[in-house]
Amino acid sequence: MALLEIKAIDKKFGGLHAVNNVSFNVNEGNIKAVIGPNGAGKTTLFNLVSGALPIDSGAVSFSDTTITGLKPYQIARKGIARTFQNIKMFHGMTALENVKVGMHPCTKAGFWAGMLHLPWTWTEEKQIHKRAMELLQLLEIEEFANIEATSLAFGQQRAVEFARALASNPRILLLDEPAAGLNIYETAEVARLITKIQSQRITVLLVEHDMSLVMDISDEIVVLSFGEKIAEGTPGEIQHNEDVIKIYLGE
Amino acid sequence: MDFKKHLPTAGLAASLIAIQLITAATGSVYYLTQLTMVAYLGLLIIGLCLVMGYAGQISLGHAGFFGIGGYISAALTTTNLSATLAKGHELVTSLDHLGILVHSQTIYGEDLLYVHPWAACIVAILVTTVIAFAIGIPVLKLKGHYLAMATLGFGIIIYRIVLAMEIFGEADGISDVPPFPLIANFAITGDLNLRISNYYIAAIVLIIGMILLQNLIHSRVGRALTAIHGAEDAANAMGVNTTKYKLYTFVISAVFASIAGILLTHYTGGISPSDAGVMKSIRFVAIVAIGGMASLWGALSTGLILNFMSLRGFFGSYDDAIFGTILIVIMLFAPDGILQLPFLQKLMHKGRE
Repeated sequence: MALLEIKAIDKKFGGLHAVNNVSFNVNEGNIKAVIGPNGAGKTTLFNLVSGALPIDSGAVSFSDTTITGLKPYQIARKGIARTFQNIKMFHGMTALENVKVGMHPCTKAGFWAGMLHLPWTWTEEKQIHKRAMELLQLLEIEEFANIEATSLAFGQQRAVEFARALASNPRILLLDEPAAGLNIYETAEVARLITKIQSQRITVLLVEHDMSLVMDISDEIVVLSFGEKIAEGTPGEIQHNEDVIKIYLGE
Repeated sequence: MDFKKHLPTAGLAASLIAIQLITAATGSVYYLTQLTMVAYLGLLIIGLCLVMGYAGQISLGHAGFFGIGGYISAALTTTNLSATLAKGHELVTSLDHLGILVHSQTIYGEDLLYVHPWAACIVAILVTTVIAFAIGIPVLKLKGHYLAMATLGFGIIIYRIVLAMEIFGEADGISDVPPFPLIANFAITGDLNLRISNYYIAAIVLIIGMILLQNLIHSRVGRALTAIHGAEDAANAMGVNTTKYKLYTFVISAVFASIAGILLTHYTGGISPSDAGVMKSIRFVAIVAIGGMASLWGALSTGLILNFMSLRGFFGSYDDAIFGTILIVIMLFAPDGILQLPFLQKLMHKGRE
């Protein structure tokens, strides 16, 4: 069943047609990848789905309700979490605190409760702490809990970012080039973590440049070129698709 | 419960008591007047620190909010409404029935009628809140220099308004503001016989403000604010309504400035246009910057020390020049505050070992 439906979305930047009439579905429980050469519109597509950029035309619906035009924080609250290509750790916060911020949508304490330090917020804080530690354990980085996130190695920051995104109990996780800037060992590690996330019954949509990562872990792949969808199918089908081979290897 | 979190607050309370005892023992009780004023200004400083250091926004208009609080409470508690009441003006009559007006007489037996300081205080806070929302909604969409310019513009507008309006005393400001009655016989007033109690009242107000903000920055909201400062778009993607959080923080900070203005005006018995002026706003920003923006304790300590030195006349007539210079030097050499300077970091590190 389709959890996320992308229907004919379109985005132009001046004369550049960054995303041209792209449609596809992401089925619940799957790992779906969007690939394509540099400048194919992958990240733009990603930003359209997560609300970071407004859509010119078309629609995105999640679990049968439309999310077109919602702001990023509203989309996050619907159960869609995301990561960033250039890992955006919160400066001045430890790995643990970064993950705690991720729990924002599923916790309540506001300005008054916070200033007055109301008793019910103590319980909430304890739950936040417990859950954040569990997530760091899930991603095997609990030993870095109290280290400032920006001073961790890139691969570890990526894991913190996954934990932070998972903290809101999302139904779908959008990963923007999770292997960007990582070496082959770290990439393999990220691939393993992504399948581990899938095993928690979380759907994954990832945008990726690294073919090896995508072929190994994806259930389905969408190929973009110059903003248009040119192919969609299983990794096996994509590997033998002539159009795809052409754009990746040249004619 | 986490006790360690409250240790610095207990330390602040202890040192404030110690300062009072020292002034009593050394016969320098007169220092308490400036120390009391400094404590009220401290309230404004920590509020500004919340906006600058935690939400990552700048405000060059905080003296404006201070002025709104001070001027509204001063105007309401010093404008004689007896003539208006005698004419049977409906609004004044109904206010009188509500019991928020104070009747008295001059020594010549003329009727005097003022708004009660508590009512004036509530009105001042409400007006500040409304203005802070009205300014904050459009202005907080801006970033960096643009936000600085816009808030500076707001500060100039407030300064010009109080300078131009008769009800605010134009260039003279407002004087003879009555004491602000609290429980029992305590009141916020510059009366020399009540100097010690007033020092403690100011200290308590400051400590309450500090506890509220400490609680806030250690809460879910505080984390969200730090996240906004760290990477606003990522915070937004984590479900933080960044616009709302920046706005609420700005309003809370404005209210802190306003309360500082209200209480200080009752304490000193008056307010003048320069209290709401742009140079004051710049001074407050300089103080928060020296303390290290993201440190309530740093901002508060520099605020207490520098405001005290300024009020005691250490800087003579070069007051504004000194604060301007401090701001430039800090931005050049210690943009994260003096506590972050390498040699001080080393010192503190050694101290910990």
